[in-house]
Amino acid sequence: MKRVTLALTLALAAGLSAQAADAQTLKTVKDRGMLSCGVSQGLPGFSSPDDKGNWTGLDVDVCRAIAGAIFNDPTKVKYVPLSAKDRFTALQSGEIDVLSRNTTWTISRDTSLGANFTGVTYYDGQGFMVKKSLKVNSALELNSASVCVQTGTTTEQNLADYFKANNMKYEVIAFGTNDETVKAYEAGRCDVFTTDQSGLYANRLKLANPNDHMVLPEIISKEPLGPMVRHGDDQWFDIVKWTLFAMITAEELGVTSKNVDEKAKLESPELKRVLGSDGNFGEQLGLTKDWVVRIVKAVGNYGEVFDRNVGAGSPLAINRGLNNLWNKGGLQYAPPIR
Amino acid sequence: MSTEARKPSPQIALKVRRVLGGKAGWNGIAVQFAFAAILGWIGYEIVSNARANLENQHIAAGFGFLRNNAGFDVNQTLISYTGSDTFLRVFVVGLLNTLVVSVVGIVFATVIGFIVALCRLSPNWLLSRVGEIYVEIIRNLPLLFQILFWYLAVLAALPNPRQSISLLGIAFLSNRGLVVPSPIGQSGLEPFLAMLALGFVAALALRIHARRALFQEGRMIRIWPYVLGLLFGLPLATILVFGLPFTFELPQLKGFNFAGGSRIIPEFVALTLALSTYTAAFIAEIVRAGILSVHKGQMEAGSSLGLSRGTTLRLIVVPQAMRVIVPPLTNQYLNLTKNSSLAVAIGYPDLVSVFAGTSLSQTGQAIEIIAMTMGVYLLISLVTSAIMSVYGWRVSRSLDA
Repeated sequence: MKRVTLALTLALAAGLSAQAADAQTLKTVKDRGMLSCGVSQGLPGFSSPDDKGNWTGLDVDVCRAIAGAIFNDPTKVKYVPLSAKDRFTALQSGEIDVLSRNTTWTISRDTSLGANFTGVTYYDGQGFMVKKSLKVNSALELNSASVCVQTGTTTEQNLADYFKANNMKYEVIAFGTNDETVKAYEAGRCDVFTTDQSGLYANRLKLANPNDHMVLPEIISKEPLGPMVRHGDDQWFDIVKWTLFAMITAEELGVTSKNVDEKAKLESPELKRVLGSDGNFGEQLGLTKDWVVRIVKAVGNYGEVFDRNVGAGSPLAINRGLNNLWNKGGLQYAPPIR
Repeated sequence: MSTEARKPSPQIALKVRRVLGGKAGWNGIAVQFAFAAILGWIGYEIVSNARANLENQHIAAGFGFLRNNAGFDVNQTLISYTGSDTFLRVFVVGLLNTLVVSVVGIVFATVIGFIVALCRLSPNWLLSRVGEIYVEIIRNLPLLFQILFWYLAVLAALPNPRQSISLLGIAFLSNRGLVVPSPIGQSGLEPFLAMLALGFVAALALRIHARRALFQEGRMIRIWPYVLGLLFGLPLATILVFGLPFTFELPQLKGFNFAGGSRIIPEFVALTLALSTYTAAFIAEIVRAGILSVHKGQMEAGSSLGLSRGTTLRLIVVPQAMRVIVPPLTNQYLNLTKNSSLAVAIGYPDLVSVFAGTSLSQTGQAIEIIAMTMGVYLLISLVTSAIMSVYGWRVSRSLDA
């Protein structure tokens, strides 16, 4: 892992010039014929490889949607698994075109890393998981507990803030990767495992007896997760940003991967604009007229993506909650396509 | 002043020419300067290019971040540290953790290495086979695997704190580590420490005196009863006069964990164990080679003088072997220090874990942090080499005398 960081840092120091001089990410991606997408090293529901090496998950579907919009082929993605601490360096050095790796949007990351968040794919918050045998019902009963956490995350700082604010003592044990953290928790090194709540549910599935463990009710932070791109290429920033908005808009309009062809034939002015028979929004992005159709065919609308990966249709079975559409009590809201 | 500037004498010019230019003479010097200039120019280009581009991309640069609040906690700190301290303090905390695991690892690796080497060289069939098997197994398995093995094996074998193994009711062993009573200084502490230091110095002086008597006059002086008296008798006497130097705070189970006492975390134990047993296998081979390099006539001469095997080894063979052992031993010490960076795999908060890991991703300043970390490892390695060179020089000098 250290070698990865070192290699990326050297690439960053030496190779920045190429990136800065020509920021034509779309052209680079098209010339390469592949989108290079930074994902996690294995977080079920967000990005994890199956036994055949195919990547699936919510974050993966964002990559697939972008590749679908550009190439009309969602398989043209090269996935680069990254640890939490290597992810930004990989983006800065040009190793990846977009970072779609359950990354929390914060002001310091937005301003000091030379990168931008393009939107929120999942509204999350940090929680705690404990063994049921500890008979703990609230995070406020965790005084003097040992806590396992993955290093290089906002989680570490939220944890310090929360225990300090509540005047509780704790011991933190920080590991390099998610799997090492879960393994140490399972081996009994710590009483508590903490990460984003979606991650807790995902990791619980990896444990030998998921039912012996429970997620505590407290959410101690705001963790809006979203994709990131490098500074300095506004066109690419727009493409990644509007890919997510297209998925949300499609859900709003009831366009799904199954009915998208029929919907495209309808005479509704809004559908015509969104699905490309009217206006040239896709071309202004540097894509094609039918960009939304391509995206929806590649991955489906936001609701389909959510259900398939983390929602009712997945083993995680997480409620839509904050991630529902704005008109159904959630926060997912896309600016209009017009 | 009317005196002309003196030209350097031809000898000095010749010397300069030879030192800088070697056999190629003045041409050689020109080449050297040109080479240095090119190196300097490349270095300057890399730094200025990186700076300019970081600025273009609005990536924060410079070392100002070291004064910012770190905002995260660390589970083993040798100096006081809380989440509201700066990244600079995180750097020091990580550095100290790296140093402590390296130093303890080096001590254990050396001791185990020497013992295994002596086992392998032993005429006892069983002992030498045990030594051989140890070396062959340990040095042929990847270190990361061994670290994870010790960590998970040790953790799995230990109970949780509520069922911890009590050692005489004062120390407790659990999967949170070993908790021992921590000493708290009392009024008798200062005279106690002063007497201890005094006893130590006096014992050292006695030893120097005894050696001089042995080498220069051939007299054997028995000093150990006096040394014992100085090291233990003096401090004991102060306790009788001034009272106990410190009392112990006993650890107590409170909630999830022990409160009070000092704790050795299992990550430290696992890492030290793995690093020292692994490096010991290499050291054993180095020591064995060193001892075998001493002519066996030396051993025979020792026994013909009536010295036991152990005494012959200690007084005759090992001092000569050290000349061969020290340089490759230095390499192993350096390896151990650098290998300690694998700590991140088991959550031991060493320099790479807390500084090149957590701090890097909190601040995103990869270039500065990686450069500092590399600089520190380089410095540690150079200092270790220097110490070992001085030791090697002393060994050769005493043998040549």
